[in-house]
Amino acid sequence: MNPALLTLDPLELASPAGLAVLVPLAAAGLLALIRPWRIAARANIAAAGASFALACLLPWQVGHVGGLLLVDHLSAYLALLTAFVGLTSAVYSHAFIPVEIAARRLDRRRLRLYHAMFQVFLGCMLLALLSNNLGVTWVAMEGATIAAVLVVGLPRTAEAIEASWKFFLICGVGIALALFGTVVLYLAALPALGPGLPAMSWSALGPAAARCNGTVLNLAFVFLLIGYGTKAGLAPLHAWMPDSHAEGPTPVSAVMAGSILNVALSVILRLRGVMAANPTAIAPGPPIMALGLASVLMAAFSLWPRRDAKRFFAFSTIEQSGLTAFAFGLGGQAGVFAGLLHMTFHTLTKAAIFQCVGRAAQLKAGQRFDQIGGLISSHRLLGLTLAAGIAALVALPPFGLFSSAFLILTETARRDPLLVAPLGVGLLVGAWALVWRLQTLCLGPATPDRGHAPAHLSLAPAWLHLGIVLVLGLAMPAGLAAWLLAAAASR
Amino acid sequence: MTGGQIVFGALSYDVAHLLGGAMLVLSFLLLYQRRLSAVINIYAVQALVLAAAAAWQGWVQGSWHLYLTAAIALFAKAIAIPLSLRRIVRQLAIHRAVEIALGVFPTMILGVALGALAILVVLPTTLAAQALTREDLAIALSIVLLGQLMMITRRNALTQVIGFLSLENGLSLAAVGVEGMPLVVELSVAFLVLVAFIVFGVFFYRIRERFDSLDVRHLDQVGEGLR
Repeated sequence: MNPALLTLDPLELASPAGLAVLVPLAAAGLLALIRPWRIAARANIAAAGASFALACLLPWQVGHVGGLLLVDHLSAYLALLTAFVGLTSAVYSHAFIPVEIAARRLDRRRLRLYHAMFQVFLGCMLLALLSNNLGVTWVAMEGATIAAVLVVGLPRTAEAIEASWKFFLICGVGIALALFGTVVLYLAALPALGPGLPAMSWSALGPAAARCNGTVLNLAFVFLLIGYGTKAGLAPLHAWMPDSHAEGPTPVSAVMAGSILNVALSVILRLRGVMAANPTAIAPGPPIMALGLASVLMAAFSLWPRRDAKRFFAFSTIEQSGLTAFAFGLGGQAGVFAGLLHMTFHTLTKAAIFQCVGRAAQLKAGQRFDQIGGLISSHRLLGLTLAAGIAALVALPPFGLFSSAFLILTETARRDPLLVAPLGVGLLVGAWALVWRLQTLCLGPATPDRGHAPAHLSLAPAWLHLGIVLVLGLAMPAGLAAWLLAAAASR
Repeated sequence: MTGGQIVFGALSYDVAHLLGGAMLVLSFLLLYQRRLSAVINIYAVQALVLAAAAAWQGWVQGSWHLYLTAAIALFAKAIAIPLSLRRIVRQLAIHRAVEIALGVFPTMILGVALGALAILVVLPTTLAAQALTREDLAIALSIVLLGQLMMITRRNALTQVIGFLSLENGLSLAAVGVEGMPLVVELSVAFLVLVAFIVFGVFFYRIRERFDSLDVRHLDQVGEGLR
């Protein structure tokens, strides 16, 4: 498409992609008004379901390029994944809330804010993924951050306030650097595309990348990498993540663990494509790989001293995010394919684990490791689900993460054999910590139950997630593999 | 003066440079203030200069939407936010003196080093760009870095937020200095700053309610046993 034809057309929002974004945002307005929380929790599921149904149409919309939205293989796929996790988390949230109310950790008045912000977060994430304009992506990311900050601070404990303040400040600084990078990227694209909308649009930047100013592009790359790297939880700007994942309500931890990282990593991936296509710019792979590897190593060793279960799994999220970034940094169709696969499996697995841990924390009225133990003997289904989730996260076969981690390692061995050593050490140390915690959480004598028992159905989303990870690990449908390869092409 | 062509030494260049430089000086002033009211005042003046810089760019580049940016900077950042900050200070009866984590002299040295860093990073990489854009960008980056320095060296949640807001002024300066930046971006950014500010305000009350102070050292101490 001719870049000059890119204009802002409000009618674009009436397309399935636009509606998938608008539905949650509109639902947020309604949910802010619904007082009875039982109805609000169901409306929350309905809105997330509608958004997911619209996202299911996205694969047929590939090729839509507008001033505001861009539906290609990558964005359609990630939006579908995000909407799916949003839906299952909304279902989980429905069973989660009554227990939190009974335990007086959330009060009814604040639930309106909780439901509204859940949908704002979901809508902003979808907009950030589907947006064609880097500026709009930035705004959506910031909007999602503010929504998440408000939800994390909801319990009003000292820890929750600390977590949300840290979240806000660190992400504020990160996102500010990203905006500076956005301005510089626009400046780099000016010679190629001229002033106006195209110089900020991915669809126009891609083909024109070779004509952009290479040195200015380098500057933009550094700022955008650090800025979006903060959001992806990459070291050294990861500090917000363990706190906010640990203190926020669990359904939000589950959505956040997948979506914010995925959006940030997809921006880094697109940027990588632009940089790689420019002959005078630096090679984008090594810096991304360095950040990814540093995150893997830092997180793997940080897993050991953790005493809080949700904080522990947040560090594991940093590790997996680092591994995905490493794969994107490696590049090539195989590297990016492995990264996308890993991102998918991790999103599904981690959401399932957070749902199990959240349920266990409700049962035991605490989320410290010394409060949760022996789940299999006392709560067989929950213990087994959590054990399966952690086994999947350790990348044991037959779960999907085994194949994606294996692909990343073999691709590293083929391209940079020396890097296999540190990466392998990081993954092993991390896996060891996970296995140890699997033993203390799920095996051994049971700790006493002090809290209220949630409804049994709250485990259903976790089973669905782990089932998908298992099936895709055993037999990847050819259609999905082809789709991911198409998304990985030309990055 | 017609759109776009900015020649070195021309009036348009000098004025834009002067306004950008003034914003940078104000950023330095923010670094060593001892009183909260002075910090808020200087922030308001910086926002005022930003409004002037945006309006000047609007005239030079001949694009009407920069006037809108200028109006937003004037009414939201230079008037509304400082007024409500004052109200918060009054309502919460915060100590009027600023608590500093790092002395004035080392802070200033660091500030100068950050300014030099910004110039060293931006100027060589943007040689091909127009002189004005290039130097505006260097100044804007210095303001961004100084805002971050302020966030690090202050202990009070309120002054940390002013550091953040001043950092955002630097970002706006960068955005208005680049020709033809799409309006949608600036508008949304302005909107978000307002939303973010409201959220910050909510937090002041929550932190205050919980800890009886806005000193963020209290925040670092909680939850230590949980890590």
